[in-house]
Amino acid sequence: MKKPLRVDERSLRADVNPVRLLTFKIDDRDVSARADETILTVARQNGIKIPTLCHMEGLSEHGACRLCIVEVKGMSRLMPSCVTLPRQDMEVLTKSDRVLDYRRKILELIFSERNHVCSVCVTNGHCDLQALAVEMGMTHVRYDYIYPTHPIDATHPRFSVDHNRCVLCLRCVRVCDEIEGAHTWDVMNRGISSKVITDLNQPWGSSETCTGCGKCVQVCPTGALSEKGKSVAEMVKRRQFLPYLQMMRHRE
Amino acid sequence: MTLTIEDLQNIAKIERDRQEGTTYQINVCVAAGCLSCQSGLVKEAFDTEISRRGLENWCLVKGVGCLGLCAAGPLIQVQPQGTYYQGVTVNDVSEILDSLGGSPVARLECSQHQAFFQCQQKIVLENCGKIDPERIEDYIAEDGYLGLFTALRQMTPGEVIEQVTKSGLRGRGGAGFPTGLKWTAVSKAVNNTKFIVCNADEGDPGAFMDRSVLESDPHRVIEGMAIAGYAVGASHGFIYVRAEYPLAVKRVHTAIAQAERLGVLGNNIFNTRFEFNIEVRLGAGAFVCGEETALIASIEGRHGRPRPRPPFPAEFGLWGFPTLINNVETFANIAPIIRRGGEWFAGIGTEKSKGTKVFALAGRVNNTGLIEVPMGTRLRDIVFEIGGGIPGDKRFKAVQTGGPSGGCIPEEHLDMPVDYESLAAVGSIMGSGGMIIMDETSCMVDVAQFFMEFCMSESCGKCVPCRVGTTQIYHLLHKISGGQGKPSDIETLGELCDLLKNTSLCGLGQTAPNPVISTLKYFKDEYKAHIRDKNCPAGACRMQAPEEAL
Repeated sequence: MKKPLRVDERSLRADVNPVRLLTFKIDDRDVSARADETILTVARQNGIKIPTLCHMEGLSEHGACRLCIVEVKGMSRLMPSCVTLPRQDMEVLTKSDRVLDYRRKILELIFSERNHVCSVCVTNGHCDLQALAVEMGMTHVRYDYIYPTHPIDATHPRFSVDHNRCVLCLRCVRVCDEIEGAHTWDVMNRGISSKVITDLNQPWGSSETCTGCGKCVQVCPTGALSEKGKSVAEMVKRRQFLPYLQMMRHRE
Repeated sequence: MTLTIEDLQNIAKIERDRQEGTTYQINVCVAAGCLSCQSGLVKEAFDTEISRRGLENWCLVKGVGCLGLCAAGPLIQVQPQGTYYQGVTVNDVSEILDSLGGSPVARLECSQHQAFFQCQQKIVLENCGKIDPERIEDYIAEDGYLGLFTALRQMTPGEVIEQVTKSGLRGRGGAGFPTGLKWTAVSKAVNNTKFIVCNADEGDPGAFMDRSVLESDPHRVIEGMAIAGYAVGASHGFIYVRAEYPLAVKRVHTAIAQAERLGVLGNNIFNTRFEFNIEVRLGAGAFVCGEETALIASIEGRHGRPRPRPPFPAEFGLWGFPTLINNVETFANIAPIIRRGGEWFAGIGTEKSKGTKVFALAGRVNNTGLIEVPMGTRLRDIVFEIGGGIPGDKRFKAVQTGGPSGGCIPEEHLDMPVDYESLAAVGSIMGSGGMIIMDETSCMVDVAQFFMEFCMSESCGKCVPCRVGTTQIYHLLHKISGGQGKPSDIETLGELCDLLKNTSLCGLGQTAPNPVISTLKYFKDEYKAHIRDKNCPAGACRMQAPEEAL
C-alpha cells in the first residue's frame, strides 16, 4: 500500500525534476548538484562545513533550528540550507559576517532557553550542542537565562528523559515515526512551553507503543535522552544504525 | 434539476416584490456586535408588536448583517428613508413604530449624513446591513450568483483569471500578493485534483472584518470561492474558520446548505460540467494556523505548524495537491469584479493598491466599527473624519495597523495614504485590516509588550528564533515596563528583533518584532523614560519599587 503523501519527504518536491543537474557557487567555489539535493548536502559533499542541529542524515528535514542558515546573493532573507534547493548560478555564502553573527545569536538563544549545565551532564564531551558552541567560539550567553522548571522522567527501565537538556530538534520524534514506525514521541503545547512527550503525555515507562529500541536516545543531540546507569560524560551516542538502515532499505 | 438564469431571475423578482410590498422596512443588525447588546430581543419585540398591531403587510422587519457603526449598537435602519437609530432597546420599539410615516424619533436618531456613513465606499460590504444573511433569496435579489453564472456560462477559466489580474486585486490577508498571479500559478499546476481554501482564521487582536463579512454576507464568499474553483480547475473548497466565531460558523453552514439546495453548489452548476462543493473546518484556537502552511497542516488533521516554503501551496498544498488559499475579503471581492469587470475595479484606489479595504476601527476612537474605504484614503481621514476623532479631549498618539505583525504609526505620518507600499514604508503592514487607535494615555512600551506577549504565546514553537526570541523580547519589555530596564536593553531589543525578522521560519516570527521595531523607532523617548527615569510618561505602567524586584 502506498503511504499517504507527506510534506516532509524530500523526494516529493513537486517543483523539481530530480534528473536535472545544475551548477552554482558556494563561497566562491563552483559546485554541481542534482536538482533535488539541498544546499547543505552539496556543501557537505564538497567539504564545506555548515553547522546543523535539527538536521540528521537519514531523517526527514525539519528546518527548525535555523543554525544552517546561509546567505544567498540577491535575497534579503537568510535561507536554511537544509531545506533550500539550489538554482542554476545561485551564489551562496556560508561564512559571511552576517551569517556567522546570526548563527551565534541563535545558538545563544538555544542555550538560554533551558538548563544546559555541561559540567554535570551525562553527555559532557559527546554533545552536539556543546560541540557547536566550541566550534563557533561561544564563550558566554548575552541573553538572560530563562531557567524554566522541568521534570525528569526516569520511569522507563532502560532510558531517561531530562527536559532541561532538550533543544526541541525533534530528532527523537522523527526517528521514532520514520525509522522505528512506533510514533511514541510527539510534541505538546506550543511556543516556549513546547515539550516532547511519550504517547499522550504518559510516563515513558508506561508507554504501550514504545518498543524500547532506543533509537531516540542515540539520535538525541544532547543529554536530554540518555541510557540509565551512565554518569557524567559517560553517555556516548551510537548512530551507526541510521546509515545502515537507510542503505538496507534502499537496496530493497 | 439544475438552476437556470430564468430561475435565478425569478427568485430575485419574487424576493424584490416581497420586500417592495411593504411601505416600511426595519433592518435590525443581528451581527455579533449588536447581538451582544441584545439586538436579538429588539428584533423579537418588533415582530411581536407588529403582529399585535396587525401591520405585517405595511412594515417588514428584517435581521441584517453589520451596519458598521458598532459603537452605537444595537443599531437599526428604517427604509426607505434610511434613518438610523442607535442604542435601541426593547422599550423603544412602540415609539419607533408610531413614528413611521411621521418625523423620526429624535432621541434615538443617528445622523446618516455624518462622515462615518458618507466617506465610505462599499464593495465588499455592499450587502452588509442590507440583506438577511440567512436567506439566499435576499442575496440573489442583490444580483447574487450572477457573477458565478457569468463566469461559468460566458467566460473561459482563462478569461476569469484575466479579469482578476486586470482588476489589480491583491491578497487581503495582509501580505498583498497579487491575486491574479496566485490564481494563474494554481491554474497552471498540472494535477486533476486541486483545492480552494478560504482563510477565515482571523486572529489579530482588534480585528473583526472577516467575521463581519461571514456573518453579514456569507453567500458572497461562497460565490467567490466557486468562481475561483472554476478558474483554477478545483472542485472542492474548504472554509477554515476559527471556532471562536460561532455565529459566523452557523451562518456559513446555513448558507452552504441553501446554496446546495438551490444548485449553485454541487454538480452541474448552471447546466455546465462544473462541480463545486464546500466544507467547513473549524480552527482550534491557534493564531499560527492563519499562516497558510500551518492552516493546511491543521485541515489535514496534523499539528498546526508551518513548514518551510517553497514548495508553495500553489504547487504542493493540501495533501500534496495544488491549493489556492485566499482570505475571506479577497474572495468577497471576486463576484463584483466578474459582474462589473476588472477595469471597473482597477479604477478604484491607488496605482499599486486597487479597490477598497475593510478596516475594523477599535481602541480610543469615537466611532468604533467596521468601515470600507478606497485604497489611498488618508489615515487622518479614517481616524478623525470616519472615526470621529478621539473621545474625551485626549490627544491622538498612534494608530496600530496589521495586528501583532504590524507597527504603530505616529501622528507625523497621519497624512499618508493607506496602501500596501506606504504602510510598509513606515514600518507597519496593511495586515488583514485591524486598526487600533491609541491616545496619550496609552504607553507604547506597554503596547509593544502586549503584542509580544501575544506572539510569544501564539508561537508554534518550531523554530528557535521565534520560540526563544519572542520570549526573550517579552522578558526584556516586561523588565522595562516595570522600571527594571538597563540602558543596554534597548540595543539588545533591536538585535533580537533583527534576528527574528531575518531568520524565523514563517511569517509569524518574521513579523512578530514589528510592534517593537516601530515603537522603538518613533517612541524611543518613552523607552528611555522607563529605563532612565523609571517613569511611564503615559501613566500606564506600574513601576516596581526597587525592593520588589529580584
